[in-house]
Amino acid sequence: MNILGKSGDRWVYSPAVKDHFFHPQNLVDDLKGFNEKKYNGVGIVGSAACGDMMKIWVKIDPKTDRVKDCKWQTFGCASAIASTSMLSTMVVEKGGMSVEKALKLTPQDILKRLGGLPPRKVHCSVLGDKALRKAINDYFRRTEQFKRIVPDGGVVIDPVTKITDKDIEEAVLEGADDMKKLQQKLKVGIGDKIVYKKAEDLLKKYQEKYYG
Amino acid sequence: MSVNSDINKLLKSYKKRSIYLDHAATTPVDPVVKKAMDPFFTEEFGNPSAFYEIGLRAQESLEDARARIAKILGCVPNEVIFTGSGTESDNLAILGVARAKGKGHIITSAIEHHAVSDTIEHLKEEGFTVTVLPVDKYGLVDPRVLEKEIKTETILVSVMYANNEIGTVEPIKELASICRKKGVLFHTDACQAGGALPINVKKLGVDLMTINGSKIYGPKGVGCLYIRSGIKLEPIVYGGGQERGLRSGTENVPGIIGFAKALELAQKNCTSENKRLIKLRDKLIKGLTTKIPKCFLNGHPTKRLPNNVNITILDIEGESIILFLNELGVYASTGSACTSKSLDPSHVITAIGLPYEAAHGSIRFTLGHSTKESDIDFVLEIMPKITSILRKISPLNLDNDTKGELKYLT
Repeated sequence: MNILGKSGDRWVYSPAVKDHFFHPQNLVDDLKGFNEKKYNGVGIVGSAACGDMMKIWVKIDPKTDRVKDCKWQTFGCASAIASTSMLSTMVVEKGGMSVEKALKLTPQDILKRLGGLPPRKVHCSVLGDKALRKAINDYFRRTEQFKRIVPDGGVVIDPVTKITDKDIEEAVLEGADDMKKLQQKLKVGIGDKIVYKKAEDLLKKYQEKYYG
Repeated sequence: MSVNSDINKLLKSYKKRSIYLDHAATTPVDPVVKKAMDPFFTEEFGNPSAFYEIGLRAQESLEDARARIAKILGCVPNEVIFTGSGTESDNLAILGVARAKGKGHIITSAIEHHAVSDTIEHLKEEGFTVTVLPVDKYGLVDPRVLEKEIKTETILVSVMYANNEIGTVEPIKELASICRKKGVLFHTDACQAGGALPINVKKLGVDLMTINGSKIYGPKGVGCLYIRSGIKLEPIVYGGGQERGLRSGTENVPGIIGFAKALELAQKNCTSENKRLIKLRDKLIKGLTTKIPKCFLNGHPTKRLPNNVNITILDIEGESIILFLNELGVYASTGSACTSKSLDPSHVITAIGLPYEAAHGSIRFTLGHSTKESDIDFVLEIMPKITSILRKISPLNLDNDTKGELKYLT
């Protein structure tokens, strides 16, 4: 009886993820030989403590307002590495993505090209588009196009803890699927029924958005 | 050389092997065990509760298996209750004692398996109070700390025999003797210890002990709980009253037969097998920690399971390492958040004082019967290469100074 298949070629992720994991594109191969000055925007998101961290360098052509080059480094699991690689491919292909479009790139766009990810891994690629936005904002700052900067902040929903809707979105992506787990992570709305209700509504909204 | 060419070279240099180094997760069934089980699926299929011949024969085999396990544990047969898994035995021990007592205080350690820690956490909702004992940097519980934490309301202490992730072997005799002296029940989860360490309950002095089949070359889906005579437990499964009313449900006869056989084989061969495994284990530990920069051992250097190697590699993440190993046909596991359901890194790795940064880069190799020296040599050949590739991809460069504290270099 052949249950697993003789080749044993079973993999937890899609073929696209596997391809980008074992053949990462646009990677900064060697930081020592890497000329950062060629790039006009840098963005970092995540941290070593949370288990995923990405650094993205972009080179934007001011004349065409397109991303001409994109390099990266990633600390994290296979889906984090593959999603950053895929993001870089998407940004530089076909003569480079326009800055406007790059700013609007969503995790779902990357997910689609990757052929999906297990639900709890979605947060890895969410980081990729955030790092890209940070790098583009960095470019706006360097070129003094301050009006174009897109703030990544959220709306404060708990005045005591200063928890924002963005914090709740991230907590949902990190596995909070009920109020008990959300409160364990964020201590949001403790003893405040109005804030609790707001947090609960946002929890439902983001649950729908990512796992619905 | 570019990372892509490093990866190509690594993956093309070796033919895909099949080196299983995750024996702490589960073991294959020993062919001798399987052979002992075989008749009980087809010919000897009777229900042990039935009064006719094939039922009585099944009951006889069941009781024979119980007696053989009791002999190894050094107890009487009716102190052994069969269950469906190690997890179920842990649940029965903890919920059973707690609900029979009704209220009180429970003590456990910070590095328990979820089968114990989540069960005890649940009891908080039923009104029980809980103390979680810290462990030192090796993962050891301090018996003096336990002694201080026992109160008049304390009803149960549950500390594992050997840790499944970092392999640390706890001072169970000392812990049990403190509990006996204070009149508090002591339970130990011995699932990782069953195949390697002495498990005579009288010598250990424990009141309740969990072991299971799937870690000792026996079948999955069978475990047992030793319950010292006279201890009152509330069942967690109700029904036909099998297993002295403590675990209703038709007994898994083939599983139990296999479990008994596997435990006998494990205990019979463990002296020579431990000696062999310790040699391989120490070779792997020494090789990894010397060949890979910024790599260190988790757990105790000597008070550890003979088959357990757990290391942390800084700057890279465990799942990525596992997937590279998988591509070359080496199967191991990690304490990284990426492989846990909660996306939090291993509670064991954080309990021994490692920061989250280091917990994400922990890798566990657990050796077993099939492990040969050439397997260890192969792992030692590829691990430095995998590490080097992933470090080139990673933007991190954490520093491990002499105090074992982490700080950023960049």
